[in-house]
Amino acid sequence: MINAKQAGFFYNLEEGWTFKNCSFHLEKGDILAILGPNGQGKTTLLKTILGVLALKEGCIEASGTIGYVPQNTSPAFPYSVLDMVVMGRARQISMFRSPSRQDFTKAREALAQLGLARFEKRQFSDLSGGQRQLVLIARALAAECDILILDEPASALDFKNQQVILQTVERLSRQRQLTVIFTSHYPQHALHSANKALLMHGAADFQFGSVDDVMCDANLSRLYGMEVRNVAFNHANQSVRTVVPVFSASDQNNASFNQ
Amino acid sequence: MAFLSAGVGHRGKIISLREGAAFWLLLTTLLVLTLVFSFGVGRFFVPFDKVLTILISHICPLEQSWSDVEYRVVELIRMPRVFTAAIVGAGLALAGAALQGTFRNPLVEPQNIGVSSGAAFGGVLAILLSDSNQLLIGSAFLFGLLAMVIVYLISRMNGRTPILMLVLSGVVTSAFFLALVSLIKYIADPDDKLPAIVYWLMGSFARAGYDDMWLLLGVVGLSSSVIYLLRFRINLLSLGDEEAQALGVRAERTRWLILVCVTLITATSVAVAGVVGWVGLVVPHIARMIVGPDNRVLLPASALIGSLYLVIIDDVARAATASEIPLGVITAIIGAPVFAVLLRRNQARGWKND
Repeated sequence: MINAKQAGFFYNLEEGWTFKNCSFHLEKGDILAILGPNGQGKTTLLKTILGVLALKEGCIEASGTIGYVPQNTSPAFPYSVLDMVVMGRARQISMFRSPSRQDFTKAREALAQLGLARFEKRQFSDLSGGQRQLVLIARALAAECDILILDEPASALDFKNQQVILQTVERLSRQRQLTVIFTSHYPQHALHSANKALLMHGAADFQFGSVDDVMCDANLSRLYGMEVRNVAFNHANQSVRTVVPVFSASDQNNASFNQ
Repeated sequence: MAFLSAGVGHRGKIISLREGAAFWLLLTTLLVLTLVFSFGVGRFFVPFDKVLTILISHICPLEQSWSDVEYRVVELIRMPRVFTAAIVGAGLALAGAALQGTFRNPLVEPQNIGVSSGAAFGGVLAILLSDSNQLLIGSAFLFGLLAMVIVYLISRMNGRTPILMLVLSGVVTSAFFLALVSLIKYIADPDDKLPAIVYWLMGSFARAGYDDMWLLLGVVGLSSSVIYLLRFRINLLSLGDEEAQALGVRAERTRWLILVCVTLITATSVAVAGVVGWVGLVVPHIARMIVGPDNRVLLPASALIGSLYLVIIDDVARAATASEIPLGVITAIIGAPVFAVLLRRNQARGWKND
């Protein structure tokens, strides 16, 4: 479904490779979480998968239409929710054409699927962060995508909305056999939703595998440059696993910033 | 301006698409009536009913109730002039709306991407060197295109054109050509050429004849049609390059196609009428407040309102005083304050801050 082989990219060779020798493989229905500290190139990797940026070496093969959900978007003009979603149909509408009635129907279906039908006429920028994120997911669905790529879909949201977004993504992946790739600052998002994880330690230092294998304490601690622990506890008779950073009390040892 | 304050709701537009039919009908009727009325306006005034009978006499023969002078004024002097104003107004307003969308910046207009200044220099150079009107039009057009090419070369980096670079290159190119215009003014003969240059630069439709009108109709009509066909792509481009590309748009190619069309419209307009500023900036804002930001309706609305606006401005230009008032002066005197009011009132409505 998606096959990355030795993919490499740089913006400017003097500044070095953003990433290099990146390989992973995803089957239909897989959900991949890309984790890494700020500035490690998570978003850049997504852009190369999308084809917005061209790889400098290697290749990434993706079979199927890709739907994209950007980190945040602030349209320069006050478009309505429906206007925004119908733009997801761009691939199906040739250059000199406008959306047809059928395109609007698809857009409305996508909105309805995420329970957003009543927001259709609202101004996109008037919605809350969580609602906007859902609208952008609806836009990707309107493209009838097989692959869904989300850049930090839940990072800027409160806990409740993080849950809504993650559950939505999971549900869609199950219902439509969507292959999903998302980036996140929060390892718990990967634990909650993903079955595969890609840790971006450095420009040429990747770990790819199933979430259970890859996301051990040692790997996560190395990834974030500080102590990170997997924690399990019982909640409602179920074992819940999460990841917590162990913030140290003194600033003696960790005074240096990441990047 | 009552309709601006009365109807603007929190949704950022006055009418919905559904209510649109009545709006389009109203606007088109208003434009047609204004055109007919304008054929009579000027120092030699021909009443509305007489203009109408002269026009109708083309379709079905009527008994002549007008004087030959009235006929000639309407048919040979006013009609090409008014139509030229209408086409230039429509073209510049549509070009402005398209630029604002593709640059996702509501302050861009044809004037500040360098094309107007390039064309102005071309025109001024032609006036200095000859008296030929054809040469003036050709030269203005060529230098307008040249300015566009220069902007293109400056702003293109690694096969991409960052929007900020593009706008700044426009400012730089514009400044350069305006300096050349000043140079020519300085060396021009102050008794003969200088006044001609100054008056031409201020903009006027007074010299517009049928040749100019047909040329404009061809170029502006064709370019505007291409832009109108790209209306949905302009919506997508207004989301920003990367997002548009991620949604499947070939952003670079599409934007340059739009820019070429805008250049053609602007350069031809400047060539025929001199520099007429503010239309491409103010009119799309007014249109956006009425029909909303969706370019599928914004572009035709801008064109119609732009037509109406410039025809009325030109009426004022030739009828308000005994001598002609330069167009550029009126558009700026009206445009600047109106724009200031719009900015204050609609800061969060007509468009969003980044």
